[in-house]
Amino acid sequence: MTRAALLVLADGRFPAGGHAHSGGAEAAVKAGRITDPASLEEFCRGRLHTAGLVAGALAAAAVLGADPRELDAAADARTPSPALRTAARRLGRQLLRAARTAWPCAELDALAREFPKGAHQPVVLGLAARAAGLTPEDAAHCAVYESVSGPATATVRLLSLDPFDATGVLARLAPELDRVADAAVEAARSVAAEGTDALPAVSAPLLEVMAQAHAAWPVRLFAS
Amino acid sequence: MHLDHSHPAPSAVSADAHRPDGARRALRVGLGGPVGSGKTATVAALCRALRDELSLAVVTNDIYTREDAEFLLREAVLPPERITAVETGACPHTAIRDDISANLEAVEDLEDAVGPLDLILVESGGDNLTATFSKGLVDAQIFVIDVAGGDDIPRKGGPGVTTADLLVINKTDLAPYVGSDLARMAADAKAQRAELPVVLQSLRGDTGVADVAAWVRGRLAAWAA
Repeated sequence: MTRAALLVLADGRFPAGGHAHSGGAEAAVKAGRITDPASLEEFCRGRLHTAGLVAGALAAAAVLGADPRELDAAADARTPSPALRTAARRLGRQLLRAARTAWPCAELDALAREFPKGAHQPVVLGLAARAAGLTPEDAAHCAVYESVSGPATATVRLLSLDPFDATGVLARLAPELDRVADAAVEAARSVAAEGTDALPAVSAPLLEVMAQAHAAWPVRLFAS
Repeated sequence: MHLDHSHPAPSAVSADAHRPDGARRALRVGLGGPVGSGKTATVAALCRALRDELSLAVVTNDIYTREDAEFLLREAVLPPERITAVETGACPHTAIRDDISANLEAVEDLEDAVGPLDLILVESGGDNLTATFSKGLVDAQIFVIDVAGGDDIPRKGGPGVTTADLLVINKTDLAPYVGSDLARMAADAKAQRAELPVVLQSLRGDTGVADVAAWVRGRLAAWAA
């Protein structure tokens, strides 16, 4: 494995479509729930311990060799909002395109055949990490970091928030990100023996509800 | 559902000139330029000029609405299934240059759904003078500016004005009303672009989009050759 491959995959400029998504931040800003760095931090913390944990566990399980079809079904079961399922598959398809060029291999080609319209993004993220020679811990860290970095950068654009404040939020959350990533990997290690039911199934109902409403807005900056 | 595993995986290489089944894919032409310069009007006029002779489709990149796609739908320049909108997350230049994945999926889905296509027009969201299309997304690009945006824009240059395969100076009919010097704009553009072509266009005039349509036909002939 190469340590730098993790930086390539985790780079916010990795061309996999994430820039067009706010991770629910656009809806939360409009509802007045994110107004400043403190409320951004609370929003990110909530997302980290729900969507972030689930995504981290899915990604880690994919690195460990769990069946991508079963993981994709498990992700569906943990994503009540049809709009978020669509967004996750779209992002998965975009990530797969980038990953197949960055780390070409038969396993990613097979995933593209299996899911021509895209698998859930965390599943693709795990298989991309695997193709890059990375570990389950690396994939889980990527997934949990994305769960908070997306809303943070989107809020900079939506509220003209000071970018240093937004980065400070992410830095303060870092120890918590490590703990969530560790929990995600631990759950993923149980999948081989217990199946995908061992994956965490925590959710944030308000994120799901707001995502459905957001998808129907006629005017919005972000796709989700 | 299991797919036949002998079926080739979709290409991972975005600029590949062929589709997975070996057929040549459509020529992709990008249209970029500042807000309000007439990109959507030019796309609409091109569709009307070319739709009877070519199989074509359009991808729009609206910044925060579906206005451009809806304008094209309302004007009925093409059947609705041939027009797709991509959402760009407040960064139109990112979606056409730095992270082209959503646009690539849009063009590929159009070819799958309504193909085979000869031509796909990819319209950028209105942006600044530095916005250009990635070569991984389009085969040629048109940069549209207008006389009302200031007749110093060709002199200022920038990647769009300097490097686009075709520069369109639009709304020439407005020049007398906004005090723009067309001869100066043309001369500055020539100085910036050397041999690259420039079209001065008024969609309200008799010639309309004919010069740009002729340029597109030329690119298409070269692509098909």
